[in-house]
Amino acid sequence: MKPFEDVIIDIQGLSFARSGRPIFRDVNIQIPRGKITAIMGPSGTGKTTLLKLIGGQLKPAKGSIVMDGQNIPRLGRRELFEIRERMGMLFQSGALFTDMSVYENVAFPLRVHTDLPEQMIRDIVLMKLNAVGLRGAKDLMPSELSGGMARRVALARAIALDPDLVMYDEPFTGQDPIAMGVLVNLIRRLNEALGHTSIIVSHDIQETLGIADYIYLIADGEVVAQGTPQELKEVDSAKVKQFMQGLPDGPVPFHFPAAEYVDELMQEARS
Amino acid sequence: MRITEISVGAFLLAGIIALLVLALNVSGLNLSNAEGTYTVYARFENIGGLTARSKVTMSGVQIGRVSNIELDEKMLMARVEMQIFNSVDYLTTDSSAMILTAGLLGEKYIGVSVGAEDDVLKDGDYIRDTQSALVLEDLVGKFLLNKASE
Amino acid sequence: MNQLAQLGRGALGKLAAFGRSGIILGHVLVAKPQPRTMLPLLLQQIYFVGVLSLIIIVVSGLFIGMVLGLQGYTILVDYGSEQAVGQMVALSLVRELAPVVTALLFAGRAGSALTAEIGLMKATEQLSSLEMIGVDPLRRIIAPRFWAGFYCLPVLAAIFSVVGVYGGALVGVDWLGIYEGSFWANMQHSVDFFDDVLNGLFKAVVFGFVVTWIAVFQGYDCIPTSEGISQATTRTVVLSSLAVLALDFVLTALMFGDF
Repeated sequence: MKPFEDVIIDIQGLSFARSGRPIFRDVNIQIPRGKITAIMGPSGTGKTTLLKLIGGQLKPAKGSIVMDGQNIPRLGRRELFEIRERMGMLFQSGALFTDMSVYENVAFPLRVHTDLPEQMIRDIVLMKLNAVGLRGAKDLMPSELSGGMARRVALARAIALDPDLVMYDEPFTGQDPIAMGVLVNLIRRLNEALGHTSIIVSHDIQETLGIADYIYLIADGEVVAQGTPQELKEVDSAKVKQFMQGLPDGPVPFHFPAAEYVDELMQEARS
Repeated sequence: MRITEISVGAFLLAGIIALLVLALNVSGLNLSNAEGTYTVYARFENIGGLTARSKVTMSGVQIGRVSNIELDEKMLMARVEMQIFNSVDYLTTDSSAMILTAGLLGEKYIGVSVGAEDDVLKDGDYIRDTQSALVLEDLVGKFLLNKASE
Repeated sequence: MNQLAQLGRGALGKLAAFGRSGIILGHVLVAKPQPRTMLPLLLQQIYFVGVLSLIIIVVSGLFIGMVLGLQGYTILVDYGSEQAVGQMVALSLVRELAPVVTALLFAGRAGSALTAEIGLMKATEQLSSLEMIGVDPLRRIIAPRFWAGFYCLPVLAAIFSVVGVYGGALVGVDWLGIYEGSFWANMQHSVDFFDDVLNGLFKAVVFGFVVTWIAVFQGYDCIPTSEGISQATTRTVVLSSLAVLALDFVLTALMFGDF
């Protein structure tokens, strides 16, 4: 495992199960500070669950998730809400508050967590909206936005408080090529300009490879491969290769070595 | 936002008004005794279902309210305490009080009729001339007795 | 054996849901009030839950009062006691019909809307999003809705009573010709402010508590899919109607019965 110089989130021995079905088994993940880290894997492998675990919305059965010395699963309600002020999360659906305008949506975290005067809130909101290119849409309601625009507004809201960590839940899903290009660009640029740490959960290989500094491949509850995009491309496993290149007909379509290995072991044990 | 605030205010006000209407108009709660009253007593052989807060009327118009009913232990009769409105200051000392029924099964109330004396009743006076409630059982009993004695 | 296990599992599931609803209620009740942020939200919710329910309450109250007046008259006129219509209308409204019917209408109109709204917020990750912004959705979303319902139901019930009484008077006095004086006097004589009016409003307070509790819990606890939301909405209406009717019996027995 490649050690990072500066780790913002250190996940050790994480296990999590939902209604009896194990989602993670003893997973170790380190997120380097200031970089873009991608968590990849096929649908249903609990990538979104991982983000919720980091955000403290779910509690793991075992293991620790340490952010700057604080073990998130052990935090009380109040401390949890405090540490969340340092996180921004972009939800898959955008999750804008439907009863507020675009402007109010972005202003919301500022109003809740700061006592800034209205003039300053306005400046910050316009700045953030400008950063995502939607300053002109500030008076629209969320229902009037296209999917891509809604996601960009949500991004502006996620970075309103200048968080240390921004989590993106499937940011590229269901976007047309132009919107996708805009988002990829935006995530890269914001990460460089604001200096925060980004975690992207995705199964869109090309886009993610394009911007991630480091990638974890998750399948069947375990990390099956990790490394820089270049390293992952060179992994000499036909199955990882197949996923990385998105080939429809590989050795075992969308099955990962570990899963098959376990299956084989089970069959051997039975026979 | 402004419209919201105004309509919520109007809504709550409507609630308070509704409560006031319920209190004053529907339950006839007398909050302040706006009109002063004076107390008059009367003894009845049988009040037959008269209760506190029953009406006191004259010619069908309400002039007061029954405020208390108790047993007069010396005379072994019901002593009814009535609050009569101050504006009704012409009840003569020989007024008579009668327990009446509104309809066949309706509520009991007291009907007062004025006599011919010059003196009027004052606070704490008694109405001497009373007629008790018409009790159906008594009536039937008397009727049967008369029949039998014929 | 399987069926027995299924029964047990069902019962445990219900018990767990009840426990979760209790936890939510606890959070809402003990949450430190923050007047500055809470008041505008509360106003907004009173508007949605109360003001917008007003029309249905007024219309139903009027018709129920009129029907009571008409029915009461046709029965009581046979005994020559038609002036007791006022008493009958007022007592049945104030004691029973206003709190119960208001609560049932409220469950259908506002309760289902609350459940659907909160469920939709959950499905579109708005609740998660609030949590991640560092705002407790129980305080921000659930608490104002709960208190709004709690405050609005007695107000609506009082309005329902008054409109109903005047509806009864309209039919009884203006149309059927009961003597106005005895209509009101009879009513005032038999309705007691504390025993009848306040007891009836107390019922409304209890119903408001229960109905909004069920509504916000069903929304918060629903399965965040369109199917889940529609099921939760139905459950809100069914459960709160049953709860209202059952509680009404208990409360009536406690207030007016001699136990």
